[in-house]
Amino acid sequence: MLQRLASPRTGGLLALAAAITLLPLALSNKYFYDIAILVGLNAIVCVGLNLLIGYAGQISLGHAGFFGLGAYGSAILASRYGWPPLAAMFTTTLAVAALAFVVGRPILRLKGHYLAMATLGLGVIIFMVITTEDKFTGGPDGISVVPFSIGGFVLQGERSWYWVVGALLLVAVWLALNLIESPTGRALRALHSSEVGAEVVGINAADHKVMVFVISAVFASLAGSLAAHYSGFVTPGKVTFLHSIELVTMVVFGGMASTFGAVVGAAVLTTLPQLLTVFKDYEMMVFGAVMIGTMIFLPRGVVPSLARLFQPPQRNAPGKDKGAAA
Amino acid sequence: MKSTQAKSSFKRGLAAVAATCALFSGTAVAQEPIKIGSFLAITGPVAFLGDPENKTLELYVEKINAAGGVLGRKLQLIAYDSAGDAEKARTFAKRLIEQDKVDVIVGGTSTGETMAVIPLVEGAQIPFISLAGAVVIIEPVKKWVFKTPHTDRMACEKIFIDMQSRKLSKIALISGPGGFDKSMRAECLKLNAKYGIQVVADETYGGGDTDMTAQLTKIKNTAGVQAVLNPGFGQGPAIVTKNYGQLGITMPLYQSHGVASKEFIKLAGAAAEGVRLPAAALLVADGLPASDPQRSVVVSYKNEYESRFKSEVSTFGGHAFDGLMLAVEAMKKAGGTDKAKVRDALEGIRGYMGTAGVVNMSANDHMGLDLSAFRMLEVKGGNWTLVK
Amino acid sequence: MSAQFMQYLLTGLTVGAIYALVALGFSIIFNASHVINFAQGEFVMIGGMATVSLSAAGLPYLLAIPLAVAAAALVGLALEKFAVEPARGASVVALIIITIGASIFLRGLAMVVWDKRFHALKPFTGDTPIAIAGATILPQSLWVIGVTLAIVLALSWFFGRTLLGKAMLATSHNRLAAQLCGINVRMVLFVSFGLSAALGAIAGILIAPITLTSFDVGVMLGLKGFAAAILGGLGSGVGAVVGGLALGIAETMSAGYLSSAYKDAIAFVIILAVLFFMPSGLFGTRGGERV
Repeated sequence: MLQRLASPRTGGLLALAAAITLLPLALSNKYFYDIAILVGLNAIVCVGLNLLIGYAGQISLGHAGFFGLGAYGSAILASRYGWPPLAAMFTTTLAVAALAFVVGRPILRLKGHYLAMATLGLGVIIFMVITTEDKFTGGPDGISVVPFSIGGFVLQGERSWYWVVGALLLVAVWLALNLIESPTGRALRALHSSEVGAEVVGINAADHKVMVFVISAVFASLAGSLAAHYSGFVTPGKVTFLHSIELVTMVVFGGMASTFGAVVGAAVLTTLPQLLTVFKDYEMMVFGAVMIGTMIFLPRGVVPSLARLFQPPQRNAPGKDKGAAA
Repeated sequence: MKSTQAKSSFKRGLAAVAATCALFSGTAVAQEPIKIGSFLAITGPVAFLGDPENKTLELYVEKINAAGGVLGRKLQLIAYDSAGDAEKARTFAKRLIEQDKVDVIVGGTSTGETMAVIPLVEGAQIPFISLAGAVVIIEPVKKWVFKTPHTDRMACEKIFIDMQSRKLSKIALISGPGGFDKSMRAECLKLNAKYGIQVVADETYGGGDTDMTAQLTKIKNTAGVQAVLNPGFGQGPAIVTKNYGQLGITMPLYQSHGVASKEFIKLAGAAAEGVRLPAAALLVADGLPASDPQRSVVVSYKNEYESRFKSEVSTFGGHAFDGLMLAVEAMKKAGGTDKAKVRDALEGIRGYMGTAGVVNMSANDHMGLDLSAFRMLEVKGGNWTLVK
Repeated sequence: MSAQFMQYLLTGLTVGAIYALVALGFSIIFNASHVINFAQGEFVMIGGMATVSLSAAGLPYLLAIPLAVAAAALVGLALEKFAVEPARGASVVALIIITIGASIFLRGLAMVVWDKRFHALKPFTGDTPIAIAGATILPQSLWVIGVTLAIVLALSWFFGRTLLGKAMLATSHNRLAAQLCGINVRMVLFVSFGLSAALGAIAGILIAPITLTSFDVGVMLGLKGFAAAILGGLGSGVGAVVGGLALGIAETMSAGYLSSAYKDAIAFVIILAVLFFMPSGLFGTRGGERV
């Protein structure tokens, strides 16, 4: 029984569920709920992005683009054309998945910094289109978004949203963990170590890379749609290169190849700017210094570094598998 | 997360102690400061708007407190940096309302940030004075939302009237990617036919662009064009103006109130000569005749700001000044910080003289300025002068 | 028609020369360390802003410019020492985040040290436009193109003829072999940061009289410089220059002939297209992959 609790899937999920359930005790007003909801939404994106960066070993500096497409898709269909929000979200997600599939294949042939540049370029192009086509998108000032509703039930208020986002985060983490433990997940990890080696054993690298790219895009798009309905407003501010970098930083900070690390990373880096407001003029400097410092002192990310502290020394370390499974 | 939890329980503990103390000293409650909340783009791409706004608020909150405060209470300014991002603005506005429990909000440097916050202030029923430009902020009128700057529509109107007087009927537009640029461009395109003006070319440039000669060359080669209008702010219009001079284009160039500052002339250099734009009288404060009713307000603000911060006064800082003063005026009229009473008082302000012009609020008009609040200025001899 | 074309070409060359200098900075650091220094744009900013404040303080350009470049070089050296060296062995992504963190830090520092306004520098030799084949070009643009050319020549001499330059080239080809030959690889890394910073600063100073400078100006320029470096092939000096010029000209041509609203997007589309057909950029080394 204890053995099962120790495994990431059950133990970790239970811990996360407990954290989500108990957190409201500490949230004393709507502002704190707001931050918690933002953390949850970022965490959903990061869990997906972590599959791409941490497990498959790729990189994306343009994921804010998928987030933005999800947000704007829902916003435009639901607010401008009056679609039911659920249908808008579903259609948008399908469209983003299709885009990721079509664009993913050529882009993922690139490697390393070239891949980084290609995803960066993709993100920037999405940003430019959104900012320029102001008839649809409201341009730089954005558009307002109707609240999320299913049938007659309207989802409003920080508390309701908190539970919805919390539940969805649990689902996202569960899905990610399942994927990682599956043969597909093992194929991804093989890809990460050596693409040529993986192909030699019969793993179709291109297919797997595109698949995980599409999955991470879908996670991001869903989070974007939800964020649009929650904020009641979308602007291109969330679709920038800087936001893409923030997402990557959350994943790396929390620990690559660690799904819970992605959640932790999202939590810390979303709340950090709120805490840094005390620094006023020096806020940006402190933020930059924190980014540098954590990469230098915790190069593997928070969760894996902490996990190492608590792990008893192993006589025959089974190798990469254990380290990547957390 | 942990530290926020610790902080909030610590704060609650403090609050409990404070409340108990307040119970024991009846008059202590009256000394509670009036909290003015603000979210401004102090850093980021519109920092040169948000920075003077922030400085102005800090300066005048200090001065008012030094003179005894408002209704016997000190003012406390709680300002956050939204960096021009609507999402951050929304979160900080929520923080101001829920956590800091402010009495009134003066802020919102850009239209995007303002619009994102409007549902919050309407829901929380707290008066909000925006410092952003677009006409959509107050049209349709929202109960709790006011604004101090002139609208972009007024700028278009003022410019078109001036163009009419100079018999200019075919113009080219060149604008940037910002919300301000796009919003003003849209307003101008709605109005130009009304003033008999035809738009024969419509170019745009990007955010970090360092050169607009390509777009201006296109405009120069368009048949029949007589003048160019550049709705924009930031360094874009300055570069446009420089390129204008470089290409040797002689037709009239109109800028927007987004670059109404001495900085613009410095940045654009010799090419700025002859450029016209609509602006608040603040820019030509010293040149106003003694009989001008605005003179004392603008000269006093200009001198205060420049002597304290050692840099040129900015019309955006002036909007923050107006916002703060209107809020203070409303609180005095309402006799307290009751949000509904303050809102009503704000709506009832008539004949108030600010740096932007005379303010006459009403139930239908939450900005209160009319076209006379805008002056048409021209760059002559390296300085702003009033166009008679 | 051709006067228009000439105008676009000249402007494209000017802007492209700046991108080329920034791209060279990226390439030099990448060669020495396989690190993409996302703070490269901030060196451009430091060069421009430092010169502004030094000349506002009364120093003539002959003094202000070298001092500003030296200041930027120092910042580059500090970046290497305090941010990159302690992270030796970290993953590629971690290093990217470190340099981005550094760029955020430097921007925050610039806001505090200087201010948030835009500043103009006086052009080196005046403002009167020069007419060439129906187009006009500012004298400052000639400075930009000329100095860039001079720098490219100087760098090729440096890398081809001097011992330090050859050592840096050797390190970029094969670090281990270079170490075995007795080359102090850490020193090479150190110097490459300083050199790239100086290049960026010079670019910033050259372009400031034309385009204005502010604490924010490094972000877009750094991004475009990176794009140019990738376009030309990471690690290739020739690639950086060609990539920069190509990007600049593509931008102005798109703005002039296609859509000025989408000119940046078009530039990125072009880069993506090139990468699809030549995954290592125009002049990049096509490396083999070890299993």
